[in-house]
Amino acid sequence: MRELEYPFDSEAVLKNAKKLRRLLLAEKTSRIRKRVAVLGGSTTHDILRILELFLLNQGIEPEFYESEYGQYYEDAMFENKRLEAFQPEVIYIHTSSRNITSFPAPGADKASVDAMLENWFCRFQGMWEALRNRYGCPVIQNNFEPPFYRIMGNKESSDISGRIRFLTRLNERFYQYADTHDNFYIHDIHYMAASYGLERWADPFYWHMYKYCMCLQAIPEFACNLSHIIKAIFGKNKKAFVLDLDNTLWGGIVGDDGVENLEIGQETSMGQVFSEFQTYLKAHKELGVLLSVCSKNEEENALAGLAHPEGILRPEDFIKIKANWEPKSRNLAEIAQELNLLPESLVFVDDNPAEREIVRSQLPGTAVPDLKTPEQYIRILDRSGFFEVVSLSEDDRKRNEMYQANLLRERQQAHFADYGEYLTSLEMKGTIKAFEPVYMARIAQLTNKSNQFNLTTKRYTQSEIEQTAASPDYITLYGRLEDKFGDNGVVSVVIGNKREKQLHVDLWIMSCRVLKRDMEYAMMDQLVEECQSVGISTIIGYYYPTAKNRMVKDFYQLQGFRQVKGDQEGNTVWQFDIPENYQKKNRYIET
Amino acid sequence: MTREKIFETLNEVFRDVFDDESIVVEEETTADDIEDWDSLEHINLVAAVEQELGVKFTMGQVVTMKNVGEMVDIILEQIGE
Repeated sequence: MRELEYPFDSEAVLKNAKKLRRLLLAEKTSRIRKRVAVLGGSTTHDILRILELFLLNQGIEPEFYESEYGQYYEDAMFENKRLEAFQPEVIYIHTSSRNITSFPAPGADKASVDAMLENWFCRFQGMWEALRNRYGCPVIQNNFEPPFYRIMGNKESSDISGRIRFLTRLNERFYQYADTHDNFYIHDIHYMAASYGLERWADPFYWHMYKYCMCLQAIPEFACNLSHIIKAIFGKNKKAFVLDLDNTLWGGIVGDDGVENLEIGQETSMGQVFSEFQTYLKAHKELGVLLSVCSKNEEENALAGLAHPEGILRPEDFIKIKANWEPKSRNLAEIAQELNLLPESLVFVDDNPAEREIVRSQLPGTAVPDLKTPEQYIRILDRSGFFEVVSLSEDDRKRNEMYQANLLRERQQAHFADYGEYLTSLEMKGTIKAFEPVYMARIAQLTNKSNQFNLTTKRYTQSEIEQTAASPDYITLYGRLEDKFGDNGVVSVVIGNKREKQLHVDLWIMSCRVLKRDMEYAMMDQLVEECQSVGISTIIGYYYPTAKNRMVKDFYQLQGFRQVKGDQEGNTVWQFDIPENYQKKNRYIET
Repeated sequence: MTREKIFETLNEVFRDVFDDESIVVEEETTADDIEDWDSLEHINLVAAVEQELGVKFTMGQVVTMKNVGEMVDIILEQIGE
């Protein structure tokens, strides 16, 4: 919804919230439902109201638990039947520097300040541990914004007894906790307050009048920023940038002006703007965001522009370069298909409003930010939170390499007469084992991201994955695949629930980038072996159709299951009786 | 701006905030007359009025305002007839 895309009109969002909610709920998009508990240290009413809009707009339909006013600590620490019954899937703790009710006296000595700091930290830490033990779900915690007045003036920030110094140190303790604990996320209201302007943010009117820790007008930006963490936890991040060239990555039109006249580099102020933008985009590559080009240009000119000596981005930084005169919506659909992504995983960046409009109308799920002038490109993309990082897995960092290797594989494939010969040449090595601690984050991420090769589309949080792995009632398997071009990382996950002699497969997913490599057979072979070792004789598989998983409709049939049930919605149940002399199906992966 | 004109603008703001096209506010209208107008919605309503009419209420004014007529009095004081 345009009204909720950055840069949005905060006052219009607040005023029209009821109408926007009605319109969002009337949209025919599929959304995942999530239970979100909000434990507040100050008023949370409008925060929930606006947060709901941003979550709905990003594919999440929230159900809220809202603590009584200011009861965040009591709700978290003590027995709480209402919250237990609610079964939160994420808990957000909305505290602020208004909740720090005791500060060091000006001039207090270091020992007493340290003791006070420890006291406050322990109060929060105790609460996080209690939540972890009782609910085991992700926890999002605000850090602290600076207080709005400074008794000692500038010295507040540097003196050991200063309030700003005190909060800076307390924040640092929070970050140290975040460093060493999974499933714990900091919501950076310190940044938000600075970015919004502390003086407006901390308007005492809203605190004394309504007990809001920030002004009402800041709530949409605040809620938008918070929604980014929540949607990222639940796998709703974007995955790729698709970038226009002329007047987007550089100033000027390469086909008309010639490479030598493009504005990029340190010579002119406009050139510097585009250099900074290219640097910004290139940094995303390190986070695993895929970069592609979609430009109306002759390919030769596009490549010449990208080879500009002052350019930061190079042709080899891109997975796909589409430079032609076809409609951009068609090029984007092709890029999505070739990368095995859904169009809704793409962010299309183009300075031309007409091109943006075509893509918006043809590919409704694709993000199409409204770019303004070049010096604002970074701000708009940055604040849109398309690629909010919640955990940095090794696989994320390597993703670009993996896709590059995939392209090499495709090129190689063309040279083999026989597909089997090609698969043999890949020298694939698979590792298929029960879930291990180092992979829990990646496994949870996969369960939330996989839409196409996903039989049941069941989502798991990391703590649910950990609980499942620890339970004797489940067989869990992850599959890693390496080949001569590189390591694909963890690409497949299976979870089966043991019920006497039967194994019910709750989840079977695989990353589309290893389709048709025999990996699904290697997983099946290992699953059968695990079943045999614990005396299970029958495997029951389920297929629940969604808008996106048609490709696995006949998956169980291919694995040799027979259908035992089916209903009108297309849900099917399949059975596989393990024969004594089970023949392995995987022929090309060494395990 | 005339008193009538302010009422017209207020009608629009109330309709937006409560998402109800049938609302018509008058001098004596209070929170009791509009179903969704509770103390929490009041916050949002006041902010929307401030923004639409380019005024800023003080805490003292928000606390003592008794009906829509009194709100209009304060607005007129700030922006002049």
